Amino acid sequence: MGFEYAPAPESSSIVDIAPSYGLYIGGEMIDPIDGTRFKTVNPATEAVLSEVAAAGPEDVDRAVAAARAAYNDRWSRLPARARGKYLYRIARILQERSRELAVLETIDNGKPIRESRDVDLPLVAAHFFYYAGWADKLDHAGFGPDPRPLGVAAQVIPWNFPLLMLAWKIAPALACGNTVVLKPAETTPLTALAFADICRQADLPPGVVNIVTGAGDTGRALVEHPGVDKVAFTGSTEVGRQIARSVAGSRKKVTLELGGKAANIVFDDAPLDQAVEGIVNGIFFNQGHVCCAGSRLLVQESIVDDLLDHLKHRLGTIRLGDPLDKNTDIGAINSPEQLARIRELSSVGEAEGAERWSPPCDLPERGYWFPPTLFTGVSQAHRIAREEIFGPVLSVLTFRTPAEALEKANNTPYGLSAGVWTEKGSRILWMAQRLRAGVVWANTFNRFDPTSPFGGYKESGYGREGGRHGLEAYLDV
Amino acid sequence: MSDPDGRVPVRKTYKLYVGGAFPRSESGRTYEVTSARGQFLANAALASRKDARDAVVAARKAVPGWSGATAYNRGQVLYRVAEMLEGRRAQFVAEVADAEGLKPRPAADVVDAAIDRWVWYAGWSDKIHQVQGSSNPVAGPYFDFSVPEPTGVVAVVAPPDSSLLGLVSVVAPVVVTGNTAVVVASEERPLPAITLAEVLATSDLPGGVVNLLTGRAAEIAPWLASHMDVNAIDLAGITDQELATELEAAAAENLKRVVRPPADTPEWAPDPGLDRMLAFLETKTVWHPVGI
Repeated sequence: MGFEYAPAPESSSIVDIAPSYGLYIGGEMIDPIDGTRFKTVNPATEAVLSEVAAAGPEDVDRAVAAARAAYNDRWSRLPARARGKYLYRIARILQERSRELAVLETIDNGKPIRESRDVDLPLVAAHFFYYAGWADKLDHAGFGPDPRPLGVAAQVIPWNFPLLMLAWKIAPALACGNTVVLKPAETTPLTALAFADICRQADLPPGVVNIVTGAGDTGRALVEHPGVDKVAFTGSTEVGRQIARSVAGSRKKVTLELGGKAANIVFDDAPLDQAVEGIVNGIFFNQGHVCCAGSRLLVQESIVDDLLDHLKHRLGTIRLGDPLDKNTDIGAINSPEQLARIRELSSVGEAEGAERWSPPCDLPERGYWFPPTLFTGVSQAHRIAREEIFGPVLSVLTFRTPAEALEKANNTPYGLSAGVWTEKGSRILWMAQRLRAGVVWANTFNRFDPTSPFGGYKESGYGREGGRHGLEAYLDV
Repeated sequence: MSDPDGRVPVRKTYKLYVGGAFPRSESGRTYEVTSARGQFLANAALASRKDARDAVVAARKAVPGWSGATAYNRGQVLYRVAEMLEGRRAQFVAEVADAEGLKPRPAADVVDAAIDRWVWYAGWSDKIHQVQGSSNPVAGPYFDFSVPEPTGVVAVVAPPDSSLLGLVSVVAPVVVTGNTAVVVASEERPLPAITLAEVLATSDLPGGVVNLLTGRAAEIAPWLASHMDVNAIDLAGITDQELATELEAAAAENLKRVVRPPADTPEWAPDPGLDRMLAFLETKTVWHPVGI
């Protein structure tokens, strides 16, 4: 079954990766004080792409000092309209260089070019465009007249949407008048370093944006630095907890966007083909490396066989392989560590008695890969129904009544997102009201927009990114 | 002591307020409460860890009904609280005067402000959604809207000084939006809080929506801060910075929303703004395709 496709690789000649990168501090690329560096690899080939600086505590000090100086001397004194115009410039340059950035993102992250090109990059530019417009309208945003910025923001982002998470952090921070020190994830630093070059092209005043690369220690030094006024983190709930603990007793404002274990609920009257597309998009988009992924499929018992037939048929057409190929649906797992975690939880799923299924799927020999995987016969007690796997692994559970669906959907410490599939409008709204999740997608899934607030309930964190609500995280209100 | 005509007044036993009932502390403990001038007023219940946990259970049980009530209904209940408080105005003026060492006129001003604060918050119940919610113009064929929703069970450490106005100013913003509360009253000045509980109990407020504990904040608050079924904590009444830090760190375990103690002793009389309501509201965003 299925069609043969000729290879259709996007050319990578558009990107120019330097053999090594420094830290972007005070408008310049500078070497780390102790000279430590680490490698970043292409997860689809295991080829080393570049060497990147590991920022130590003194480097973080320098970056925070540069951000503070830029805040005091320049950025907080600029007219709001001027801040907005810098952001508009950045948005335009992102559009101009979007093909290059999409390819770079795919090479460093492993996500399919179709997604980096059609989802990530358009949203990145749109986010800067949206918040650029807020810069000189904050008086009208509902936070009182003349709301003030916080100062220096420490921002730590994950590896699943490197440049998009950067945009979600930097655009509202700058629009509100803050300066930032941002740490990209250890495995995906390259688009953030390319963004440093965009700041140069935009002639952004030095020190307004600082990029420090490194691993967890760098992130810890940054969020615990006494010179920062704001901490924004996207990543795991475990690290989020540590951050919440470490800022206790300080005056730092904190927003956390953490893990999830979203229920995607399909009622018996749902349009089956659309629901199957939504399920696939919900869990296999970005290899399932999505905090709001629909990783728990809740299906009404009367249609489970029919739905699984359709779903398995559809998964048979999924194309896994070279992320740069324009026909690829599922790319590479971002790192060997993440691959090990997905493998471990999947074997736990089998060991605990759930039934595992994957379509026939050849995995490339080099690189980090995991086939799209379904588990049926999953109970709520199974670890694969409770823990965030962050990979292309779907757990299927069933329910009989809307009340049972709701009970199961909410039976998790997480509360980031949820999906509902039904043709009955009143049932959608009834479910949407009762699902304890920050985003509810009804008859769709994994949609994002700069105007639309995103963020979690419960242990999925607090604060919102996007929309008017997203301004609050960067204002002294 | 007796009245001039020789009648011995009937005193009140001050107890806890949990799940709509007035139990003693399960620990059997009490502590002596005196007036600002040092005269004996009453023995108040000295709440224990068990009392705090019982109060959380009661608060959790009340969440579906209260958060599911219409905003109009919640507004009417809060307005009813103001009505009941007004009816007992003289009693509160006397209790606040005793507790805070105020002369009758300033004590009356405090009580009036507390009554008016209930009225102010009552009016917010069906307006906060329109101020805080939004319809979001996404770049695609979707209807996308965001609404505020209550966080759930909120623990509140009430201010130590302002025994009534401060208390009302931290409780009303929590419950008006549909949250339920476990409140630790002012340790030294708990009596107006318990009398307020009598008002709440007769105002159509469902049992468990507000639960009130008296005792030592330093003893009870750590259990609330670390309780995994509490969604948020307001540290308004914590004056010890070290304790505040410990409580905030404990609250991180299940990522409670935390309102830190104020940097300076707050003025409770001015217009409070939206901050305390917004601190205990989540934003839910719903997407649906548009098509035929």
